[in-house]
Order: sequence, then C-alpha cells, then structure tokens
Amino acid sequence: MPTKVPNAPESWYRTREGLGIWPHRGKVAAVGVGLSPTARRWDGRPETSVGAWSILALRKAMEDAGVSPDQVDGLVMAQDTATGSPWPPGKPVPEDFLTTFQPTDDPLDGLTRLSAEWILQNTPELTNVKFTMYGPGCMSNAIVVAAQAVGEGLTDTCLVLKGWHNLEGRYYVGQGAAAEDTIAGRAKWTTGWGTVACYPTAMHFEAYCRKYGVTRDMHAPFVVNSRKNGLLFPEGFYAQHRPEPLTVEDYLSARWIAKPASLLDNDLPICVSAAYLFTTPERARDMKQKPVYILNHASDRIKIRSVMPTLEETEECAASNARKLYEGAGITANDLSFEGMYDGFGQFHVFHLEGLGFRGVKRGDALHFFQTDISIEGWNPVSPSGGNIGSGRTRFWHHTDAIQQIQGRAGKRQIWRKAEVGVTGGPFPYGGNFTVWGATPG
Amino acid sequence: MPKPIPVPDALSKPFWDAVNQRRLVLQTCTACNRHQYPPEPACAQCHSAQHLEWQPAKEPVRGRIYGYCVMHDSRLIPLHEDQPFNIAVIKLEEDPELLFLSHLPGTPPDQVPVGATVEIYFEELKLAPGRLIHEWRVVS
Ligand SMILES: [Zn+2]
Repeated sequence: MPTKVPNAPESWYRTREGLGIWPHRGKVAAVGVGLSPTARRWDGRPETSVGAWSILALRKAMEDAGVSPDQVDGLVMAQDTATGSPWPPGKPVPEDFLTTFQPTDDPLDGLTRLSAEWILQNTPELTNVKFTMYGPGCMSNAIVVAAQAVGEGLTDTCLVLKGWHNLEGRYYVGQGAAAEDTIAGRAKWTTGWGTVACYPTAMHFEAYCRKYGVTRDMHAPFVVNSRKNGLLFPEGFYAQHRPEPLTVEDYLSARWIAKPASLLDNDLPICVSAAYLFTTPERARDMKQKPVYILNHASDRIKIRSVMPTLEETEECAASNARKLYEGAGITANDLSFEGMYDGFGQFHVFHLEGLGFRGVKRGDALHFFQTDISIEGWNPVSPSGGNIGSGRTRFWHHTDAIQQIQGRAGKRQIWRKAEVGVTGGPFPYGGNFTVWGATPG
Repeated sequence: MPKPIPVPDALSKPFWDAVNQRRLVLQTCTACNRHQYPPEPACAQCHSAQHLEWQPAKEPVRGRIYGYCVMHDSRLIPLHEDQPFNIAVIKLEEDPELLFLSHLPGTPPDQVPVGATVEIYFEELKLAPGRLIHEWRVVS
C-alpha cells in the first residue's frame, strides 16, 4: 500500500511545441472500458457513493479487457470528484457508509473525494498494484499520466479512474467562497463581481460573435447533434434517465445563466464513474478487446495575464495545443477520423474545433461548419460521443467513445466513416490535457 | 448591489488600502517595467519578487470595454435580487493587458457599448459602509 500517492511530475506533460514525436507513440494501448450507472444526485446509499461506483467501474474495465485483478499493477486516478458540490459543513457522514467501507483518515473519502488509498483498501482483489499516481482534476489528465507511466515502463497493466459525485443543492451557487458576505483568495478578483464558471467562455463567445459576424443561434445545431449522439450512449445520463431529444427551439428558449450562455450551454452535474485499462501492445494481444494505440498526448499551460484569458489568448492556446498534438503523433488535421474535444461549456467546442483545424475549419468558421452535416452518419462527425451535452457532466464520455469508436464497438454511435484516428481532451481551450488515439501504432 | 466584501491578504493589502482612499495602484515589476493585476507573489516574467512595488495608475484612470456578459444566475445568492446585471471586462488604457471586471453602473443590462471608454470610480460597499471597491462607468 503506498503511503503517499504523488501527483504526476510536471515534466511528464508535453506542454511545448517542438518536442517532436512522442517517444512512446504506439507503445501504449487502451483496451478495457468500465462505466458505473448514472444518477442525477447521490441517494445516500453506500452502494451508490462515488467510491462504490468507482470500484464498480474498475471491475467492469478489468472484465471488459479480460484481465484478472492480480494482473493489474498500476492505478492512475483523479482525487477530485466534483468542483461545485461540497459536503455540507457540519453534516455527519452516514454511519452505514463508514461501516460498509474501510475508511481512510478523511471520513469524506469515497463520498466527495477519492484517494488511491481508499480505492485500494476497498478493492481487495487488486493485490499487485505497485504504481499509483494522481492525474489531478479530470480523466483527461489521468489518461495523459497513465499513458506516460505505461510508456516509461512503470506499470504495464494500469487502471485509469475518474469518479463524479453530486449532492443535493445547487452546483456552485452559494457554495464555498460564494457562501459568505466576504470574499477571500483569488475569487475576490472575479467571483466578487458575481461571475459563474461559464462566465469567461460566455464572454469569449460574445466577443467571438462580434468579431466574426456570427450569431448564437448558429450554435444550436451542435447542441442538438450532441444530445442526439448522447441518446445513443447507453451508459450516459440522458439515455438512461431523460431520453428526450433536444430541439433548436429548446436551445434557443433555455433560460440564461450568463447571457449569451444559457442553461443548455452548461452541463448537468451527475454521479458516475469511469475506468479504462491501459497496457502495452504486447500484453494487449492476450486481452479481450482490440487495442487502441495512444499516439501522443499534449497539455496546455497558458499563463493567464490578468483576471481571465482573452478571446485572442484562447484562440492561440487552442491552436498551439493542436500543433503539439499533431507534431507528437506525426499526423495532420487531415488524418482525424473524428474529434471528441470537450464541450462543457458548449462553446468550448467552437474554440477547440478551430484550434484543431478539424476539416479545415479556420478561426471564425466553426458556427458555419455547424450548419453542415456534422452527424455520425456524415463525413465530418463532430463529438460523436455527444460529450457532456449528450450524457451529463463527466469530462470523460469523449474518451470512452474514442476508445469504443476505434475498437468498432460504439454501437449506434459508431461513425459511418472508418474510425482510425481521433483526438480527445479538455477541459479548456485555454488549458487542459489532450490525447491522440489510433487504430494502428502509427 | 450587496457585493461581497473583499478580504485583503498580505499581498493585496496595499491595493485595497489604496482603493479605500479612492486611488488605483498597480503592482509593478520595475525590472521588467510590467504591471500585474491581480497582484502575484512574483513577477510572472522574471519570476522575481525583488522588484515588485506598488505604483499609482496614470490619471485619469481610464479603460475600454473589451467584452461582457449579462448575469442572470450568479453564484452569489445576495446578488440575485439585482439580476440581470452586466459584468463587463475592462482593458486598462494605460496597460491593455490588464483586465478588470465591472458591473458598469449606469449602463442598463445588455446595452453595453463595447469599445466605449470607461473611467474608474469607487463604490461604497453596501455590506461594509465606509469601505470601497473599484468600479468603472462609461464616459459620456
Ligand atoms: Zn519582472
């Protein structure tokens, strides 16, 4: 059992252009996928806690890959399990949760956060895990860390995990720094004016529409298409709980949060966990599913000059990120069969797509591109997973989908054209972690 | 509007002290001749704290509206009674790399004249009479 699980070293992240081909290109493969059920909010039962569902996702990923638990020697995960749903101060932790699981020294471990220690002591069949590390924040980060760890030979059969919890109460609103009459820390320069999480993106989008002479309604086809794709994701929240398609009218009439961002530009917080199994191509030969090769990963570390990035900084960061991704994978934008960049907030996708130059889309073009066929049936599938818009707030549907698309088992979401190379990642076009996936080692 | 009361820390105390005297001061690295807002423990360019000092912003303190949103569902519940309200991003005229947020008092929601010149003014905090916060309003 590790005593102190570290975050990945900063040197593991490929944050600069000019690094050349990723040395481990094609030498790391994703094989197994495991997903828990979904719920809008935690119902208070131990067996539906983020801890329990994370264990379930891990077990499903191993089963999916055809790997026995004793073969697993690595675990990479994110500790955070939500950004806007803290445990109410002073509320006792349910006794049955504490007796069902072996606690760590933090009684909220497994409920509103997740440590590797908690996972390992409550998943007793994982007897041979020798490598543990955090990729903080998102699955996008954990994937990068796991890819690097397998590439460097620190683990050869590695589980990658991210869980999400959501409690009663409004996400972010009146929570944490927003609950007091006073405001401290960095929030006093921004949240003090009453901003919300989508504020910078909404502001960018407003500036974008003015700059390029486009209008918000042109964004609707993307949102509608994303929900449509999400409803084809049997593991997703909307497919399971609210299987109604979105219409353009729904999108245009949704209530404002930070105009021009509405409720439907914001993603729906949910409870769910996902796990993947990463390994070497050699080991993958004995596993149940086809290997999906990792061709590169890249990360942004934009230095925000002031209270938030400008539109121009965002556009340049997204473009630089794409150059890094293509360079390290040895590909060009033309090689992409599909893209699964992050969409929670929906307008992120505009900047990601233009940064990638997906299907030749240039700055200012994305909303025009959305008026063409971006469906999974067409030649230019945009966000075939449906992302967070399609299946709820996880920041991992697009990764799950990329693996399944390339394995040819995305079911009704399977894109019409051959899925050979895909790019996924997030969260922000001005900062995040991104991965290029391939059907062959490159 | 019941804006929350900023809690100064060691780093930002000179800034808030100046605001309470109706002055804007800018954290400045004199080695790089570079301003920073919000203040940082070190200069983001030379990574040194040795040359950081507080300098008065050039009078008159003006800026331009870079962009905005109209807030309909703020994270701060006490502000809900004033919704919808503008939150604009102001580029400081003296150093357009510095961005400030503003409610643009006097400008109706969603009628924000992007590109217009604004000037600083200091608003008394409803929740802390006598204490001020820096705000911006359109120069007519
Ligand atoms: Zn300096």
